[in-house]
Amino acid sequence: MSAGIVTAAERGLIGCHRCGHVVERPSPAPAGDCGRCGAALHRRKPQSLERCWAFLIAAMILYIPANTLTMMRTINPFNSTDDTIISGVVYLWVAGTPELAVIVFVASVMVPIGKFIALLILLLSVRRGSDRDRAGRTRLYRIIERIGHWSMLDVFVVALLVALVRFDLFGRVEAGGGAICFGAVVLLTMMASLSFDPRLIWDTPARHD
Amino acid sequence: MSVDRWVVCEQCDAVHARRELQPGEVADCVRCGHQLYRHHRFDVEMLLALTLTTAIAFLLANVYPIIALDAQGAYNAATIWGAVIATWESGVAPVAFIAALLVFFFPLAQILLFAYVLLGLHGGRRPGEFRQAMHALSLMQPWSMAEVFMLGILVAIVKLQGVMTVIPGIGLWSFAVLTLLLAALTSYDLQDLWDIAERLDGDGGPVAREPA
Ligand SMILES: [Zn+2]
Ligand SMILES: [Zn+2]
Repeated sequence: MSAGIVTAAERGLIGCHRCGHVVERPSPAPAGDCGRCGAALHRRKPQSLERCWAFLIAAMILYIPANTLTMMRTINPFNSTDDTIISGVVYLWVAGTPELAVIVFVASVMVPIGKFIALLILLLSVRRGSDRDRAGRTRLYRIIERIGHWSMLDVFVVALLVALVRFDLFGRVEAGGGAICFGAVVLLTMMASLSFDPRLIWDTPARHD
Repeated sequence: MSVDRWVVCEQCDAVHARRELQPGEVADCVRCGHQLYRHHRFDVEMLLALTLTTAIAFLLANVYPIIALDAQGAYNAATIWGAVIATWESGVAPVAFIAALLVFFFPLAQILLFAYVLLGLHGGRRPGEFRQAMHALSLMQPWSMAEVFMLGILVAIVKLQGVMTVIPGIGLWSFAVLTLLLAALTSYDLQDLWDIAERLDGDGGPVAREPA
């Protein structure tokens, strides 16, 4: 590791996660509350790994019905069509613009799956106590933290279409159970990444061999 | 100046000595690259002006329809609340609830809380519920989704265009402006506001300072 780096834990300091205030609280002492903003201080987020695993597994299970159940049902006087995420993307590609089809595909398929994989990598590498490319893994964490909410895109699209297409003559649009599951997946993956503590990546000492 | 001498990286726990930054400069963690802090980009007056402009955009975006449809004489327009209520009636109440929270209540609460905090700081004092307001702002920060909703509007327009005439409403332009303003407002580092409030309290305030 780069020389001259001192961690707050080694130095008996705790940085407040809410306001950035730095409090002196050497290790055996309880972390207590922040003197500036009153938030509870934590040397590491409590039960970070357990909570992250729980949210992640719940999200991965719900991702299956989110993709197989109907996201959106279009009803007109002659027939009705059920769309899932994927068939919605295909429709956009064929009848709309390929650019938007790609955006929806990235937001609804690649971002959630990428987040599942990234969180699994982070959780497993922390459990193994890996010291490989910590800066890279921290960057991975920052990326998934920043892009996770874009998966909500298709849920919003369905809500808007439901509101707009309400003519008796031309039919209507209804939201399906897939939309509920998909919204839940997005919230759960966001909660998973918020519960993960990236400082755990740095906690194992570097091996000198 | 009563701002901490030390900065602790919240992503790798490295301790850094705080230094004065030049305008536009940012301080990154030398160990993991996380942005620790940056030069204050706005003063309180500018931030307050930004908050009030955002409030106006929010009002317009919610009063006027976002999109209207014209299909052979049958006309239908949707406001944000129209979308929420229609989704609720279509049998997926949880989706309507989440959408209302992320696209209406969180932005509204953020605007009001920023206004409350900044009006106080502008008047030279720390407002009474400063701590609670700042905690609420920091909790809501990751859940702001106006920009995702904006992209959702564009996708919805494209999906409908083949079948019907889609007329973008005043609400759409207002919402686009709101998205940009809200992004600027919520990207503001709340730690700066804590520092400003602390400086207002002046030396000898009740705030515990770290020994050297
Ligand atoms: Zn604090
Ligand atoms: Zn760092």
